[in-house]
Amino acid sequence: MFNRLPDTQQAVINRPIDLTINGVVVQCREGDSVAAALIAAGFSECRDTAVKEVPRGPFCMMGVCYDCLVMIDGQPNQQGCMTRVRAGMKIERQQGAREVRP
Amino acid sequence: MIEMTQCELLIVGAGPAGLAAATTAAQLGIKTLLLDEQQAPGGQIYRAITETPVKDRAILGEDYWHGASLVEPFKQSGAHYQPGATVWAVANHTAPDAIEGFEVGYSVAGQAHMLHATHILLATGAQERPFPIPGWTLPGVMTAGAAQILLKSSGMVAGKRTVLAGSGPLLYLVAWQYLNAGIVVDAILETTPPGRLAKALPHIWGFLRSPYLAKGLKLLREVKSRVRIIKGVTSLEALGQDKLEQVRYTVGGKTETIAVDQLLLHQGVIPNINLAQAAGVEQRWNKLLLCWEPVVDDWGNTNVEHIGIAGDGGGIAGALAAENSGRIAAYEVAMQLGKIDRAQRNTQSTQAREQLQRAIRGREFFDTLYQAPDQFRMPTGDTVVCRCEEITASQVRETVKLGCPGPNQMKSFLRCGMGPCQGRFCSVTVTELIAQERGVSPEEVGHYRLRFPTKPLTLGELAALPQTDDSRKAVIRMKKPV
Amino acid sequence: MTSMPSASNAPVIIIGGGLHGSSTALHLARAGVAALVLEKNYIGRHASGVNAGGVRTLSRHLAEVPLSLASREIWLKIKDWVDDDCGFDQNGQMRVAENEADVATLRTRQQTMLEHGFTHEEWIEPDEICSMIPAITPTIRGGLIVRADGSADPYRTTRAFRFKAQSLGARFMEGVVVQTIRRVGSDWRIETDQGVFTAPILVNCAGAWADKIAQQMGEPVPLEPVGPMMLVTTRMPHFLNPVVLGTGRALSFKQRENGTVLIGGGRLAYVDRDRNLSELDFRQLAEGARTVCDLFPHMKDAVVSRGWAGIEASMPDGIPVIGPSSTESDLYHAFGFSAHGFQLGPIVGKITADLITKGETDLPITPFSITRFQQAALAS
Repeated sequence: MFNRLPDTQQAVINRPIDLTINGVVVQCREGDSVAAALIAAGFSECRDTAVKEVPRGPFCMMGVCYDCLVMIDGQPNQQGCMTRVRAGMKIERQQGAREVRP
Repeated sequence: MIEMTQCELLIVGAGPAGLAAATTAAQLGIKTLLLDEQQAPGGQIYRAITETPVKDRAILGEDYWHGASLVEPFKQSGAHYQPGATVWAVANHTAPDAIEGFEVGYSVAGQAHMLHATHILLATGAQERPFPIPGWTLPGVMTAGAAQILLKSSGMVAGKRTVLAGSGPLLYLVAWQYLNAGIVVDAILETTPPGRLAKALPHIWGFLRSPYLAKGLKLLREVKSRVRIIKGVTSLEALGQDKLEQVRYTVGGKTETIAVDQLLLHQGVIPNINLAQAAGVEQRWNKLLLCWEPVVDDWGNTNVEHIGIAGDGGGIAGALAAENSGRIAAYEVAMQLGKIDRAQRNTQSTQAREQLQRAIRGREFFDTLYQAPDQFRMPTGDTVVCRCEEITASQVRETVKLGCPGPNQMKSFLRCGMGPCQGRFCSVTVTELIAQERGVSPEEVGHYRLRFPTKPLTLGELAALPQTDDSRKAVIRMKKPV
Repeated sequence: MTSMPSASNAPVIIIGGGLHGSSTALHLARAGVAALVLEKNYIGRHASGVNAGGVRTLSRHLAEVPLSLASREIWLKIKDWVDDDCGFDQNGQMRVAENEADVATLRTRQQTMLEHGFTHEEWIEPDEICSMIPAITPTIRGGLIVRADGSADPYRTTRAFRFKAQSLGARFMEGVVVQTIRRVGSDWRIETDQGVFTAPILVNCAGAWADKIAQQMGEPVPLEPVGPMMLVTTRMPHFLNPVVLGTGRALSFKQRENGTVLIGGGRLAYVDRDRNLSELDFRQLAEGARTVCDLFPHMKDAVVSRGWAGIEASMPDGIPVIGPSSTESDLYHAFGFSAHGFQLGPIVGKITADLITKGETDLPITPFSITRFQQAALAS
């Protein structure tokens, strides 16, 4: 669990950005990455791997590990840590190799 | 028609090296473009320097806030800046027109572009060294750097049951920044082996003259007085069903287990070499830092004409060294582009050279002291080595025994290095494992043959690139900023 | 033989440790001849190890068809031959028609095959293609298919040939660069950067560098080193069994068992064969990407994680050089496979071994003779 520092928490309260994560509406802050928003909402995992279908979550937060892959607004394989949140964004857990639907 | 831009100098990376280089270059009259994949400047060390929600300067500390002094001059310099840009290819021989220099492929918001640059300076910095312990892929295990990024860019701190583990000053820096924010982490599990200090002592003179000395010792004292530090940890395991639940460690032959929700790992940083290597820059194995690094001279030049490297991407030396090596590289580029002559290059770069020398004092001491221990670089058994493809250490070792002498031959049997991270989190591990199994040097084993695209892109992005010479000729010369 | 047996002598020396060199070594070893293979990098380093792995009899140049059909017989029992299944799967290969011009091309092709007595290429109707591959564009017009074709793992195959040959007595030396070749008495004397090697019989399997040897032998050939480019994606859900080739537009498209998709087609990178270097041409790759997205619309979201290009030998008429030297006795050539030599590897090694041990082969290799370039040169 990660928590916001009080000032930052206030910023979320004053000017929240609404997202849905796996169908649930959460508030976050402008400038957050999707990965940060996920973590702030209490999710340590965001996908299941392609080979062994085990859960993974953000690891490096700087775009080099490719573990924070999520589905954003229906687009798979989005690096959560490299994508900024936007009001109304729909974030979903990425399931293994079921990545691109023909 | 797709717009094409032409610049004299393309700089990749907006950390201290890239910012300082771009500033100096633009001030010297070079038409400069800075591409960086983050949405705001600062790289990783100064992440979110222009937009951090952590306004209380005491929390992140003055070394962090120094980064702000790089941004304003950059903005004033006349250099162009494109954030959110991921470079994935640098073409030399296949660029359509030699006169225009390199052709560079990059993407912004899922849209691919190409540009031309006479000269390229890579300032791609560093990444966390892989830290392959059992369970390091469990959700809840992150790098210490990741925790720092969450703090700097989102004002978030790890909650209860958080442990830092590994070796290197960053562990203490994070713990200290957390203390400043009112958070006391549960423990620091230090893997630095006993006897290391003695080994590092011959380099103590450099450390004593280091600009980091006083601050470093103060920081260390504060952390030690408040945080539980367990030294001499010889083994680490992250345990849990589908996410992290406990960390198990061994000290002095005894094994302990702590319940944790967050495990923050760090054992040093290594240069980001993928773009450099794919562009043909020669690499060598650094025997002290135990990683691959590009071969660079004192002016940032590499074996590829008109490709230079500055900052940690050329060899780990820290943020202050990076900004100075960026300036030095910019003077060199200015000379190569004919803006200044050699004498001017030498004179004008003197101050940066002096600052650089000062900034690297004491590095050998740290690098020796905090060298990642063998068992945490060369794992065994079921420990995952390739995170992307879920390949274990024993699989890699077995494949070597079956006669695979190097990481490239191994690709046919294991998919090590063939996932989206393109070997960033397994290259050094695989090289060292093969070297250990074969009883030869890592240098002899070699590394993955890295190719473009250096960051994955979709087929759709690629398909949208300009095709014909006609569309290519629609070059729009870069406009001066208003 | 006058030379003393030693590490640097062999009854046959093969220059080049790709698939053709390794296959020749295997067939010789099976005939009791322990060849020595000299490889300048490592076995399977170049084209042999990094190609698309197509095991196809489909769409071969007419001259290659008999060889290809014979090679297929070995592929069908590859595990017996080299103790490894080489990742060989038989999901078929098809060449698809996107438009009427393509249909005409393929129909003509089928006609030509039948006229020569070859029935392995069948016409396949669009609706069968669409039911086989639901992901393909519904505008597809049909194609030619060989259901018994497939694909294999190129590096693994080359390696398997090498180790099997070794187990039967062949020797392989890596990191040995051949410099000068001379006749001394009845032997070939091969000077390399690792010393001198001698053998009464020499085989040139040097791939993209084979013209340098042919040149030394006084029979220059117009070989061009090329770098056919490949892209591979991250894993995707399974949507494709057979390998799909283009007709009017270059494409080679296959999905491996692990879900990754391999995109080729023969577009060329820049190569520098002296530095073992290739540079991908992204504009050309973009063209290939467009072809893929037109044929398989869902591929626009596929994530390309890597590209590469091997260094291959291309001959102007698109077929290899196979057979004895035209200027020297006891010298044989097997090179210039022009980006489609993988499937032929098993049989070409046998052809060369038969030429060496029996003085003849029962397969028609006249069209591959090195003399065709001299005739062309004389004619011009």
